[in-house]
Amino acid sequence: MSTILEVEKPLLELEDKIRELREVDLTGQVDLSSEIRQLERKAKLLKASIYENLSGWDRVQIARHSGRPTTIDYLENIFTDFTELHGDRLLGDDPAIVAGLARIEGRACVVFGHQKGKETKENLIRNFGMPNPEGFRKACRLMRMAERFGLSIVSFIDTPGAYPGIVAEERGQFEAIASSIMLMSGIRSPIVTVVIGEGGSGGALGIAVGDRVLMLENSVYSVISPEGCATILWRDVSKAKQAANSLGLTSEKLKELNLVDQILPEPLGGAHRDPAETFDTVKKAITRNLNDLSRSTPNQLVEDRYQKYRTMGRFREVEGSELEP
Amino acid sequence: MARFLDKLRKQGPKVANPNKKVLAGAPSEANWTKCQSCAAVLRKKTLEETTGVCPECGHHHKITAWQRLEMLSDQNSFKEWDRNLVSQDPLGFGQEYMEKLARDRSRTKLTDAILTGRCTLDGRPLAIGIMDFRFRGGSMGSVVGERISRLLERAVERRLPSVVVTSSGGARMQEGMLSLMQMARTSAAVRLVNEAGLPYITILTDPTTAGVAASFASLGDVVLAEPQAIIGFSGARVIEQTIRQKLPPGFQTSEFYLKKGFIDRVVHRAEMRSTVSNILSILGANLEIEKKGGEQ
Repeated sequence: MSTILEVEKPLLELEDKIRELREVDLTGQVDLSSEIRQLERKAKLLKASIYENLSGWDRVQIARHSGRPTTIDYLENIFTDFTELHGDRLLGDDPAIVAGLARIEGRACVVFGHQKGKETKENLIRNFGMPNPEGFRKACRLMRMAERFGLSIVSFIDTPGAYPGIVAEERGQFEAIASSIMLMSGIRSPIVTVVIGEGGSGGALGIAVGDRVLMLENSVYSVISPEGCATILWRDVSKAKQAANSLGLTSEKLKELNLVDQILPEPLGGAHRDPAETFDTVKKAITRNLNDLSRSTPNQLVEDRYQKYRTMGRFREVEGSELEP
Repeated sequence: MARFLDKLRKQGPKVANPNKKVLAGAPSEANWTKCQSCAAVLRKKTLEETTGVCPECGHHHKITAWQRLEMLSDQNSFKEWDRNLVSQDPLGFGQEYMEKLARDRSRTKLTDAILTGRCTLDGRPLAIGIMDFRFRGGSMGSVVGERISRLLERAVERRLPSVVVTSSGGARMQEGMLSLMQMARTSAAVRLVNEAGLPYITILTDPTTAGVAASFASLGDVVLAEPQAIIGFSGARVIEQTIRQKLPPGFQTSEFYLKKGFIDRVVHRAEMRSTVSNILSILGANLEIEKKGGEQ
C-alpha cells in the first residue's frame, strides 16, 4: 500500500531483520532474545535520529505518503454523526473537497477538507485532492450555513494545490479562492484548521483561514510546490529538493514565523505509522481549541482573526534618507 | 519628499519608461521603438503621449506606476504613503535577492512592487494603489500586503473610496509562506471596506495572475481590466503541462474573463480615467452626501 521513504530505508531493513530473528527464535531451537533486544535498541535509536533530522524535502515525502491519514479518515475516526453534503448550488459538486455536518465530542460542527485518494482509482475521482472552483464554493456555502446556525467550523488541509486546468480557469479559479479567503476572514463562527498533509499554496489557503491553524508535525505548507519553485527560480525541476529546503515549509519554520499557531506531534516515523495515536492527538487538539474559542463572542472572533493575520509579515521601516538617491 | 516626487513627475517619461527593457528589440536610434504586438516602428515620444498604447494596433504596453498615477489622478494631488517600508530576506535567499531588490528600487523609483497613497480624481479624494510589474514582476510579499492593508484601513478611517491597479505574477517566492499569507491579509482588508460601505474598484492590467488575482484583485465591487491583459490563477505553462495540450488562443485574457463573467468591463487606457471617475461618482454618491452632511 505505502511507498517507502528514502530516509526510512535503513530503519525498515533493520525492522525486517528483527522480524526474521523473531521467527527463528519462535522455533525454539536457538535463543536469540538478547540479539533481538540489541537490534530493537538500535532500531529505536536509528528511528529517533532519522526523524529528528528530517529535511524539508524529507517532510514533503512524508506529507505526501500514500498511507498518511486523509480528511475522510479523520472524519470517520474523530467525529460522530458525519453527514456528507454535496454541491455548490451553482454548477456542480467537487469531490476534491469533502464537506458536511458532524459532531466532535458532542459539539456540532460544519467540517470540510481536501480529499486525496489512497490509490489511483480514487485519486482520479478525487483529482488528487486538487479543487476546482466548485470545491471552494461548496466550502463557502457551508461556512455561511455554519454562521447562520451558530456552528463551529473545522477544516482539513491536504492538497498539492488548486487544480491548474482549463475548465477550472474558465470558471474563475482565482475568484473562487479570493472569495473563499475573504468570506472565511469574516465568518462569525469559531474556525479551527488542521494541516494534515500537504498545504499547497492558494488551493490550501482558500479553506485555511482559521482562528487557530494547527499543523501536524510532518505536514508541509508552502507558497508553491518545491517542483514549481525550482522550475521558476532555477528553471530546473530536479532542484526541487533544494527548493523544499529553502522555502521554509516545515511546521517548525512556520511556527517560528508565527504563521501557524500550534504543532501537533506525530508518532515517531509519521502519522501513517500509528494512525490511531494521530487521531487521538488531533481530536484532543481540535476539542481543546474549540473550547477556548467558544468563550469569545462572534464579533471578538472576527476581530481577533483579523488582528492575527494583520501581523503576518516581515518588513523593515527605514528612514527616508536611506532610500532616496 | 514632495519635491522629490515633483521632480520625478517632471522627468516622468525618462524615469518611467526605460524603453530598452520594456520594449525589447528596439531599433538602434534612441528616439524610435517597436510595438511589441504588431512590430510597427514608433517614435518613443508617440508612445509616451498615448501612455503606451500602439497607435497602429492598439496594443497596451506595460507602463510604470508613475505613468498610471498621472493617468488616474489630478495633477499634484498625490501624497505617497508608506514609502519607507522595505522588503527583508526572511528565509535567507541571500545576497543576490537583496541586490535585485536594490536594483529594482533604483530603476523604478519605487520602494516595492506597489505605490500607494491618496490623491484626487476630478476633485474627488480617494485612496490609490498601483502595482508596477518592473519591480520583481509585481510580486506580492510582506510589503505589498502591508501597504494594501494600510491603504484599505485608512480608506475606512477617512471614509474614502479606493482604487487598486494590479500587475503581478503572484506571490514573492523568496518570502515563502509569508507571501502566501498576504493573500489572507489583503482579502480580509477588502472585507473591511465592503462592510464600511466604501467603494473599492480594481483595475487588472497585464499580467494579473496567481496570488494577486486570487486575492484583492478579483474582489473589487467593480472589476475593470485593460484589453488583452493576461489574467488567471495558474500560469499557461503549468496548465499546458497538466493537460498536455496547447491552450486555445485568447485563453486567460481580459476579453475571455469578460465573457465568462469575472470582469465588469474591458476598458481602453484612454478611457480608463473617465470610466473610473464615473463609477466612483455613482458608487460614491451617498459618500458625498454624507461628507456634505458632516460639514453642515
